[in-house]
Amino acid sequence: MKHILKIMALVVVVAGLWISLLQTSVVPRSYTWLLPVYLIISLGCYGLLMVGIGLILFPTCPQEAVLLQKDIVEAKEFLTSRGVDVGSD
Amino acid sequence: MAKLEEIETEEHGETTMSIKMRRKKKKYSIIIPTYNERLNIALVIYLVFKHLQDFEFEVIIVDDGSPDGTQDVIKQLQNVYGEDRVLLRARPKKLGLGTAYYHGLKHASGDFIIIMDADLSHHPKYLPSFIRKQMETGASIVTGTRYVRNGGVHGWNLIRKLTSRGANVLAQTLLWPGVSDLTGSFRLYERKAFEDIISSVVSKGYVFQMEMIVRASRKGYHIEEVPITFVDRVYGSSKLGGSEILEYLKGLVYLLITT
Repeated sequence: MKHILKIMALVVVVAGLWISLLQTSVVPRSYTWLLPVYLIISLGCYGLLMVGIGLILFPTCPQEAVLLQKDIVEAKEFLTSRGVDVGSD
Repeated sequence: MAKLEEIETEEHGETTMSIKMRRKKKKYSIIIPTYNERLNIALVIYLVFKHLQDFEFEVIIVDDGSPDGTQDVIKQLQNVYGEDRVLLRARPKKLGLGTAYYHGLKHASGDFIIIMDADLSHHPKYLPSFIRKQMETGASIVTGTRYVRNGGVHGWNLIRKLTSRGANVLAQTLLWPGVSDLTGSFRLYERKAFEDIISSVVSKGYVFQMEMIVRASRKGYHIEEVPITFVDRVYGSSKLGGSEILEYLKGLVYLLITT
């Protein structure tokens, strides 16, 4: 139960900040009411950005496929010489 | 005495490690669940033995009654490598991944448990880097990650990369897990840590892997990561299919609430 409590605590703090902003009217009221919406949209955009960046920077390793093929050949040679059946299914 | 002199001439870091190894050689139990991996398992065993020559280990293959003759090939491998190091601990039918690890654990005699896949997507050449990382840092768990710079993936199309990345961002946001690769199944655990965590895990499939690492993180275990490369399976059919996305989301919510 610990992690969900951490998140709920965070939500409570943010909600508290929002309510205090509403009450002190430092920022114009109409704007303050929309803040949670702005927050959620920003979080969504941030998430999409992270997905996009991650996708662009996704580490790939084409050379590993080549090395793997070499290993497979080496393995098959050894195993066949020792009586292990390495025929493909 | 000749051995001590050899050790003293090496650099300090290696000296400590060599002495530790000679004092009490650690044994590694590698658990590999299989189902219809007749060809792959032979290749994997060859590569494991090739890359772990300097370490003491055993391989425990948990086969769920494969109809393609996987167990026959394993017996041939036992003739080549010895029944003391290639252990076949089969089960009558497909009983799931989590229970396969638990079954393997019961037959393991090592100080460390390494889990990996049988389909060559996990290359045994990374095994020494897991072991060394654990020795250097004293970590309880070393997990392989595909998503860092020296790691990587090959054979995934754009859609698969997109789902992987999206799933990862969602999991990071919700769970704050402390590792970069949640669903990876190439891992090394201290035996005690493995026994402790697996007893509190209830999920199945790849959500099992997520639950293992998240519970480990919550329990405060020292977790380290090593980069690994993941080449999507060469032979055979992938066991992934169907509504994974739904399973994944359900898994996330479950982990969010219960860990």
